[in-house]
Amino acid sequence: MTLTKRIIPCLDVKNGRVVKGLHFESIKDAGDPVELAKQYSDEGADELVFLDITASEEQRETIKTLVRKVASVINIPFTVGGGVKSLEDARNILLSGADKVGINTGAIKNPEILTELMNLFGRQCIVVAIDAKRNYEIKENTNVFTENGKQFWFEVFIYGGKEETGIDAIEWAKKAQKLGAGEILLTSIDKDGTKEGYDILLTREVVKSTSIPVIASGGCGKPDDMVEIFKESNVDAALAASIFHYQSHGVNGVKRHLKDKQIPVRL
Amino acid sequence: MVSVAIFDYGAGNIFSLKNSLEKLGATVDVITTFDNPNHYSGLLLPGVGNFDPAIKSIHEHSKIRFKDYVKDDTPVLGICLGMEMFFEKSEEGHEKGLSVIDGEVIELPSSMKIPHMGWNNLEIKKPGKILEGIDDGSWVYFVHSFLVKPSSNDIITAESDYGIKVPAVVEKNNFFGTQFHPEKSGKIGSIMIQNFLEECKK
Repeated sequence: MTLTKRIIPCLDVKNGRVVKGLHFESIKDAGDPVELAKQYSDEGADELVFLDITASEEQRETIKTLVRKVASVINIPFTVGGGVKSLEDARNILLSGADKVGINTGAIKNPEILTELMNLFGRQCIVVAIDAKRNYEIKENTNVFTENGKQFWFEVFIYGGKEETGIDAIEWAKKAQKLGAGEILLTSIDKDGTKEGYDILLTREVVKSTSIPVIASGGCGKPDDMVEIFKESNVDAALAASIFHYQSHGVNGVKRHLKDKQIPVRL
Repeated sequence: MVSVAIFDYGAGNIFSLKNSLEKLGATVDVITTFDNPNHYSGLLLPGVGNFDPAIKSIHEHSKIRFKDYVKDDTPVLGICLGMEMFFEKSEEGHEKGLSVIDGEVIELPSSMKIPHMGWNNLEIKKPGKILEGIDDGSWVYFVHSFLVKPSSNDIITAESDYGIKVPAVVEKNNFFGTQFHPEKSGKIGSIMIQNFLEECKK
């Protein structure tokens, strides 16, 4: 046996509650983060990701408290991200009980932070979160793909998907690895919230271009979407939120389904 | 009630380890030097940080050497980096290791994704104190880029397969090491921490 594929419930937290949006907008309430974390951990989640989507300076202390509460009820690895801009932010999160820190906008604005973090805490605690979206206006020095006769490239978006950067997602993934990322959390903005399945093309290309673990995110609506992304790409983990939040499928049920479809999972 | 100490190199999450020990009924102190008298029943070297800074944080804050602090009677559990530090040297750094186990620490082969991150299963080689009550094939959580290469394979009680055989659990006298993170390995990990605490009570 070798490594299993990891199934990772994601808790997007806003003002202390777990929420889930469609295309990063129209947010719905989905429960208490501490209760959900415990439930997922007990049901056999391989890891948890906790994203504070309203992170701001004033909320720093609130986040630390919440991280500490969540970390004290689970015994599986745990990533925390949202608004991480400085070494101090990352340190706070790690010392509050998280195993890894997720960085998105902060790393785009200041890529050197990845190297500084690696030197302090080791590569394994650094998850670079990349939100990518198809851009049909072709420009130079991007990796161009074609789907349904249309050409496009994958552009990195920051500030929770609100602001474009002009940066090619595949190139950024490679650079992030070089600078110190230990893992990539790859979200397709095109697929996020659609429940139509993961972004196979985007995931496959980022996995091919890097040699660190990649987590696929965005678009999962049913267990078969996970089967598909694991069969169609060599991705290491699949992240999902809504299929777990609304009790349509428990974590254990999803993993049994994956096992039936010959995907190696921990049961 | 068993009283243990976690040595903090100041480089990451030790909250989870402390929390898991306390849940099992231990009283836990976090220490940053070996210069105070050792009144603990056990010591834990956590698995966060890098080899050189961690070794340096021990040397710089302690006049008493690690070996003299734990002698041959305090059980020590080294987790991941903590276990790697038991050895003589590591390809991760230039500092000399704690040298309580003969052998070295080398990088994982680059043919595989590094870090080796995720759940892998244990191939139990021989009975061990930490492995009491653990079934062959049990899942544990790894996250590491280096592996230990003991001079004697006799001390390896469990391995894991990541393209090559990765020593997963080692036991030598009062030194116990796990390459994976028991504090992050769900119920299985909890049993191993309990086993270590039982050893501390003796």
